[in-house]
Amino acid sequence: MAADTPDPTVAEPLIQVEKFNYAYGDNQVLFDVDLNMCSEDVTALIGPSGCGKSTLLRSINRINDLVDSARVVSGKIKIDGIDLYAPDVDVISLRRNVGMVFQKYNPFPRSIFENAVYGLRVAGIKDRHDLEEAAERSLRSAALWDEVKDRLHEVATGLSGGQQQRLCIARAIALQPRILLMDEPCAALDPIATARIEELIHQLRGQYTFVIVTHNMEQAKRIADRTAFFYKGRLIEEDETMNIFHHPRDPQTEAYITGRLT
Amino acid sequence: MNPVPTNDNPFAGDNSGIQQRETAARWALRVGSYIVVIITLAIMLHIFIKGAPVVFQSKWPFVNTQFLTELPATLHVIEDQQGNHIETDVNGADAVKKKLGDDFRSEKTISYSGGGILGPIVGTALLVIVSVGVALFLGVACAIYLSEYAKHGKFLEMVRLAILNLAGVPSVVFGLFGLGAFVLTAPTFVDVPADRSVFAIPLGFTTLSFEGWDTCVLSGGFTLAFVILPVIITASEQCLQAVPQGFRETSMALGATRWQTIRYSVLPFATPGILTSSILGIARAAGETAPIMFTAALAFKDKLPWQKDLPPLPADASIFAHWEQSVSRFLGIFTESVQALPYHIYTLAAKIPQNEYAERAQYGSVFVFLVLVASLAASSVLLRKRLRAKYRW
Repeated sequence: MAADTPDPTVAEPLIQVEKFNYAYGDNQVLFDVDLNMCSEDVTALIGPSGCGKSTLLRSINRINDLVDSARVVSGKIKIDGIDLYAPDVDVISLRRNVGMVFQKYNPFPRSIFENAVYGLRVAGIKDRHDLEEAAERSLRSAALWDEVKDRLHEVATGLSGGQQQRLCIARAIALQPRILLMDEPCAALDPIATARIEELIHQLRGQYTFVIVTHNMEQAKRIADRTAFFYKGRLIEEDETMNIFHHPRDPQTEAYITGRLT
Repeated sequence: MNPVPTNDNPFAGDNSGIQQRETAARWALRVGSYIVVIITLAIMLHIFIKGAPVVFQSKWPFVNTQFLTELPATLHVIEDQQGNHIETDVNGADAVKKKLGDDFRSEKTISYSGGGILGPIVGTALLVIVSVGVALFLGVACAIYLSEYAKHGKFLEMVRLAILNLAGVPSVVFGLFGLGAFVLTAPTFVDVPADRSVFAIPLGFTTLSFEGWDTCVLSGGFTLAFVILPVIITASEQCLQAVPQGFRETSMALGATRWQTIRYSVLPFATPGILTSSILGIARAAGETAPIMFTAALAFKDKLPWQKDLPPLPADASIFAHWEQSVSRFLGIFTESVQALPYHIYTLAAKIPQNEYAERAQYGSVFVFLVLVASLAASSVLLRKRLRAKYRW
């Protein structure tokens, strides 16, 4: 895997976080974060609760803008070199290119079909045929099609937890984003459903650039190309996953992955 | 406290008085609750016993249709020499007197106690339609803004406080506000402004004159809308807040605008609650007397709002050929003053001499009124149950 990873100095990273400082009101939660994420990589963000990893994730599609007191103190997040917080950036088209899957699977209490095509509907696509095609494509990608193809018009909240979360992934990839952000996507799932989601991420690897927040270090080991460790709002260490877990450079990282830091 | 064990049972109660106090507290609370229930039942039962005989009858169709379908009228009670009482209306009085001849002893007239209460029922219905329409539109818009758009902060707290205070304003104050704002100064389009017009803006083809809407359904409905507005805003905001934040985040993360999010992923799930609260608003609007006293209600009116002395539309054509006139006549319903149930009850109870006939009309009106309000409340509960079952998350 190490051989496949392009040299960061050669390839322009897809997502560049530069000296990023972020605060809720007067409470600063991210300090001078510098992080590059390359195209088609799976990057895991790990760290104890409250370390700022979710905030960073939610800043990449600017969904944190919904929080009244949230603000960028200084620094930039760039995708393809474009600053996401520049005034001429349209958050709507940003979010169409940067999909997100949340911790608590939360399909709308509508039909499975309507959930799958929600993003397309709000984007103004009305043609029934296009919508059906997109629904099938995204449900197949999310490995859900065979389980739900006969009951597309039943309410989505009747599915099992794992199916609901895969529906949420299908819903996000229906828009064919380049980047998929996942905020602890398996935290509310049992081990079998978790395994299926991880399998899905493996299948989708290469088609999307994944950024995954996880509390489960085994999961990070299993799915991530690179891992970034956050502690108290700072990026402590970022490297290839195997290096982070087997040869951590920073004593705090070592303390966390061995369970001595919480 | 060292209770002396009286036997070997370590769990035996002691006599320290804790248990007696516990029992006393429980009974005090229980008695308080029973008093509330008993008083409520007593009121309901009293109204049912006195009012049901007016509205129901033993013969087919078992409902006193006259009471529900006729306008209030003056009741004439003629007594003959044998002491029999004959009830009749103003048209029948002479005939009865002629028939009785020398047998006639005396005649009493009791205002408003004859006929039925169709006028007040229709008036209350129209007032409720206007007020709930206006209040829902303004209230839901305000609730959506407060819940979904406004930033948390001092300003929002002040707005919330203002809305809560609005709920505490005495209803007679709303009545006076309605008199000043809607009856006397609200803007209207006229050809020639009246003398009392506050100011008039000529627009060429017509004039926008602030001369008020006069006492009418529109004035009363708008006034009532402001009475129930705090209830609707507060309840709607709670219903919006009850929709999981995750729905909003997911929707926005899928590239929806804020309005699309509200339209597709928040409002549909808040609607059951908003409808329920608006039905309770209906009950409140139907029951208020003070706000309509100065703005819409008359003690007595011998015509329904759509009964006017207008030339009939030409009979040769359908109403569609005269749709402009038809529409203006329909809208004309809302610029009429009306009778309303709560004000009618007040008139019967306080403005005319009391006797058995007046009392009968009072209890009949109160009974009908209570049945209307109770059925509204019941339908609100049913609606909420059905919609809750439909939208679960």
